[in-house]
Amino acid sequence: MSTFWGSLAEAASLILAWDPALVEIIGLSLRVTLTAVVFGCLIGLPLGAVAGAFRFPGRPVLIVALNALMGLPPVVIGLLVYLSLSSSGPLGPLQLLYTPTAMIIAQTVLVTPIIAALTRQVVEDLHGEYAEQFASLGVGRVDRMTALLWDARYSLLTVVLAGFGRAVAEVGAVIIVGGNINHVTRVMTTAIALETSKGNLELALALGMVLLVLAFAVNAAVMALRASAVRAAYA
Amino acid sequence: MRDLAESMSDLNTTAEPVMSAHGLSYGTGRETHLGPLDLAIRAGRSTVIMGANGAGKSVLIRLLHGLLTPTRGQILWHGAALKAGARKRQAMVFQRPVLLRRSVLGNLRFALRVRGVRKGDRVAREQAALDAAKLSHAKDRPARRLSIGEQQRLAVARALSTSPEVLFLDEPTASLDPASTLAIEAQIAEAKAAGVTIVLVTHDAGQARRVGDDVIFLDAGRVAEQGRASDVLTAPQSPEAQAWLSGDLRLAASGTTGL
Repeated sequence: MSTFWGSLAEAASLILAWDPALVEIIGLSLRVTLTAVVFGCLIGLPLGAVAGAFRFPGRPVLIVALNALMGLPPVVIGLLVYLSLSSSGPLGPLQLLYTPTAMIIAQTVLVTPIIAALTRQVVEDLHGEYAEQFASLGVGRVDRMTALLWDARYSLLTVVLAGFGRAVAEVGAVIIVGGNINHVTRVMTTAIALETSKGNLELALALGMVLLVLAFAVNAAVMALRASAVRAAYA
Repeated sequence: MRDLAESMSDLNTTAEPVMSAHGLSYGTGRETHLGPLDLAIRAGRSTVIMGANGAGKSVLIRLLHGLLTPTRGQILWHGAALKAGARKRQAMVFQRPVLLRRSVLGNLRFALRVRGVRKGDRVAREQAALDAAKLSHAKDRPARRLSIGEQQRLAVARALSTSPEVLFLDEPTASLDPASTLAIEAQIAEAKAAGVTIVLVTHDAGQARRVGDDVIFLDAGRVAEQGRASDVLTAPQSPEAQAWLSGDLRLAASGTTGL
C-alpha cells in the first residue's frame, strides 16, 4: 500500500516539476493523435456526410463496413499497417516503420471509420429534417454536404472527441508500428506499458494521471460547448 | 367598380394556367394516394387546396412542386412538362418551418446563395425579407429560438426572398395562434399583390375565404370540386364539399390514404 501512495506522490511531483522525459512523451502523444484525428476528420467527415445525405449504389455496404471497422481491434490495425510499411510491403520503400509517421498512419486508420460512421448517423438524422427544404430550394450536392456538416457542427464535436479518445488511449497499434523507441516513438500508452513492466511505477502513474486529466478536460470542454449550443438552439 | 373587379377576375380565370395537371396520380406500392385528377393553377391568383386530413392535399402540393414524382399523368409548367429546374422558380413553405441551425440572417443568406443570387444583390434582399417578416430586430438571433409564429414568418420571407413565380404553402398556419396566422396571411397577400401565384393547402374554411381566389376541393385523393372560391365556399355543388363545409366529418374512402 505504501508503495502505491509513495508512487502516487512521486508521480505527482514528476508532473508538477514538468519532468522533461514526461513532457517529451506527452508532446509526442498529442502530436501523433491530434494529427491522426485531423486526417481522420478530413476523410471521415466528408465520407460520413456522403453516406448520410445521399443514396447511391453500395451505400448499405459502405455503412455496414464503416460500422464494422469502428470496432476493429487496434492490434489488428497495427498488424495491417506494419505489413504495409515493412520493407516487403507495398509502402516499404517509404521507410516509415518505427517512425511517428507510421503511428499517425495507424491511428488515422483507427479513427477514420469511427468518425465516418458516427458522422453518417448524425448527418442522416439532420438530413431527414432538412431534405424537403433542401429539395425545394434546389440545394446542390456540395452545398448540401457542407450545410449539413456545418449545422451538425456541435454534434460532430462529440464525434471528433470520440475519435480522439479512442486514439490517444490505444496502445496496440502504435506499439507495433512505432516500436516504443525512446525519444522517437514513445507515447503515453506505450510508455505506461513499458514502465509498468519495468516496475517504474512513478512515471507510469504520472502518465496515467495526465491521460485521465486530458480525458476529463476534453470531455468537459465539449460538454460545455454543447450545452451553450443547445441553449442557442444550434444543436 | 365591383363589375370591373369581377371582369378582371374573369379575365384572369380564362388566362393561361401557370401550372396544370392531367390524369395526375400518385401511389406507393399498390396503394394510390392521389388521383387520377386534372386541375389548373392560374397565374397571379391564389389557389386554395382544401379537404379533410388524408384527402391528399400534401401529396398534391408536393407533386406540383416536384418533391414527389407522379406515378401516372403529367404536370405542365408554362405549358411544358414539369422539370426539376422549375423548382428554382418556385418556393415552398412547410407546415413546420424548416430552419437551419443558424441565425435569422444566416437562414436568409443560405437560401439566396443556393438560389444563385449574386453577392451584391443579397444584402438588399436580406433586408427586404427581414422587414417583410418584421424580424429586423432579431436578425442575429438563432432562428430556432424564435417563437413558432416568428419562425413561420421567417420561413415565408425566406421563400419569397428567392423571388418565386409560385409560392406553395402546406398548411403554414396549422400550429399558429390567430395573430400569427393573420401575420402569415398578410405576407401571402403582399406576395400576391406583387404578382406571385399562391398555392395554399389548408383545412381552415375561414382561411380559404380570406386568402383564396380559386378552390380545389379534394376528397379521398380525387378532385371533388374546383372553381372560384366565392362559388365553391358559398354554394358547393359536390356532396363532399357540401358535407365538409357544413361541418360533417367524412372519412376518406377505403383504399386511399394521404401522407
